[in-house]
Amino acid sequence: MLAYIIRRLGSTVLVMVIVGVFVFMLLHLSPGDPAAIVAGDQASPAQIAQIRERLGLDDPLPIQFLRWASGVVQGDLGVSIFSGEPVLKLIGERLEPTVSLTLTTLVFAVVIAVTFGVIAAANAGSLADRALMGFSVLGFSVPVFVVGYLLIYVFSIQLRWLPVQGYTPIAQGLWPWFERLILPTIALGMAYVALIARITRTSMLEVLSEDYIRTAKAKGVASRPLLLKHALKNAGVPIVTVIGIGVALLIGGVVITETVFNIPGVGRLVVDAISKRDYPIIQGVILLFSAAYVLINLLVDISYTFLDPRIRY
Amino acid sequence: MSTVPETSLELRQPRSAAGLWRFTRRNPTIVAGATILFVVMALALSAPLFAGDPLSMTPALRLRPPSAEFWFGTDHLGRDLFARTLYGAQISLLVGLSVAAFSISVGLVIGLLAGYYRRVDAVVMRLMDGLMAIPAILLAIALVALTQASVFVVIVAITIPEVPRVVRLVRSVVLGVREAPYVEAAVASGTRTGKIIIRHILPNTIAPLIVQSTYICASAILIESALSFLGAGTPPDVPTWGNMIAQSRLYLGPAPWTIFFPGIALAVIVLAVNLLGDGLRDRLDPRLARRM
Repeated sequence: MLAYIIRRLGSTVLVMVIVGVFVFMLLHLSPGDPAAIVAGDQASPAQIAQIRERLGLDDPLPIQFLRWASGVVQGDLGVSIFSGEPVLKLIGERLEPTVSLTLTTLVFAVVIAVTFGVIAAANAGSLADRALMGFSVLGFSVPVFVVGYLLIYVFSIQLRWLPVQGYTPIAQGLWPWFERLILPTIALGMAYVALIARITRTSMLEVLSEDYIRTAKAKGVASRPLLLKHALKNAGVPIVTVIGIGVALLIGGVVITETVFNIPGVGRLVVDAISKRDYPIIQGVILLFSAAYVLINLLVDISYTFLDPRIRY
Repeated sequence: MSTVPETSLELRQPRSAAGLWRFTRRNPTIVAGATILFVVMALALSAPLFAGDPLSMTPALRLRPPSAEFWFGTDHLGRDLFARTLYGAQISLLVGLSVAAFSISVGLVIGLLAGYYRRVDAVVMRLMDGLMAIPAILLAIALVALTQASVFVVIVAITIPEVPRVVRLVRSVVLGVREAPYVEAAVASGTRTGKIIIRHILPNTIAPLIVQSTYICASAILIESALSFLGAGTPPDVPTWGNMIAQSRLYLGPAPWTIFFPGIALAVIVLAVNLLGDGLRDRLDPRLARRM
């Protein structure tokens, strides 16, 4: 077990190194002078020369990469072109809204999707099953921002039940914080719910057809404990896998959701950086989000042994 | 010796009306998806024949609700939303189809080589793992932000994150058949490696790739709209569904149609592609169908 975790940790580090190489190469293999890109559109030739000097762009690529990577490992993601502040600090200031939104969506999506999936599987072929699966195809197809504007239009503009947009820090009270997260959470969660509900249904159907379930039914286990204790627990591995893979969906969606609902998070930071061509910020956010994705999937892999004692490493 | 999977025979063109009806009844999602897609495609391509000018601005007629003259209403600059939505379909379809074609072609070559040659495999798959760890939208944003915005750059930027998914799929198929007796027989009888890969292994990848290409197309259309929406995609003077919604977002209250028509168009076309994909998957790839 420990040996497996160490091996898995090793491959995680390797993947992150490769991500680092890609992010580094993006800037250096792109057409155009990296110094000019880093300097921004309004830079003078003297400024560009200064940046070229500072980044050591005249050194061979591998040396440049090692220098950049050792900085990243120590938390130095460079400085913003626009404000001159360290990228890590800028990201840190924006982290709370993004983490809040991601966590509420994760909880909301998993609870709703697993419930839907179990209900659909328990009543396979019924109208409820068809409706839920139809909804799941729809959830894949309607983009986050369309769902977002629809929710704002109905619940904020027409019904006036919820605030239109923005973010209130959790320090200012739980309800004001939560109130502004309700609509973004639903919008962001749609595709994720669809994905997890589908897998839950399939995985449950597979388990429900096994002999031990028939035995449990025959000896008179009530249907709720049968579904939840006997079946769902054993259907867990594929569900958890998809929850992990789907985090990529969530991370991409955060960027869009924050723009729709005007939430000042990391996603907005990167979107604002696009129009200002603030490349160090884009690089920093990609590294951060990729690392989050890789780490979550590492945890998912390790969780298999707890979910299914048959899996031994 | 061809090894096209038997199931694909059922997709052969039905010859009579009765055959067509039977095909529809057995594959409702394929027919529904393909029909919607075909209609949208026809409308998009014939847009210049009957739709107005998507770019001409008539400030006197700004934010008009849908009417007989402007079917989808007008936006804040008085532009005809019906025309803009139709021209937007051209970009979405172009990006969706090109990304599917490019990523399948590139991924197929890399996947075949990685699956067949063990030494290539180790290196390539690590690279693909790394590429897959970067969220597709962010990678595309980074690529677009580096260069001048154009439709071609957007296509390339969306293709790159899709390639690893194709590589993984092709590789798993190749690994599955590489040890099959008929491939071993071909190797033993001295068939050239190139011929083995193309004649004996490649055909096995076709059915799963057809299914995969529909999902890539749907995801590419969604990512293109997201990039345009965020202002990191197609130049703003080309109407796309994403930038139409972005430009209208301040008018959601007084003129919801400016956002809902492109939004509905986007949802309908992605839904059609997904339905087609689900139907094809059930038909062509029953193994996958059971799992999903």
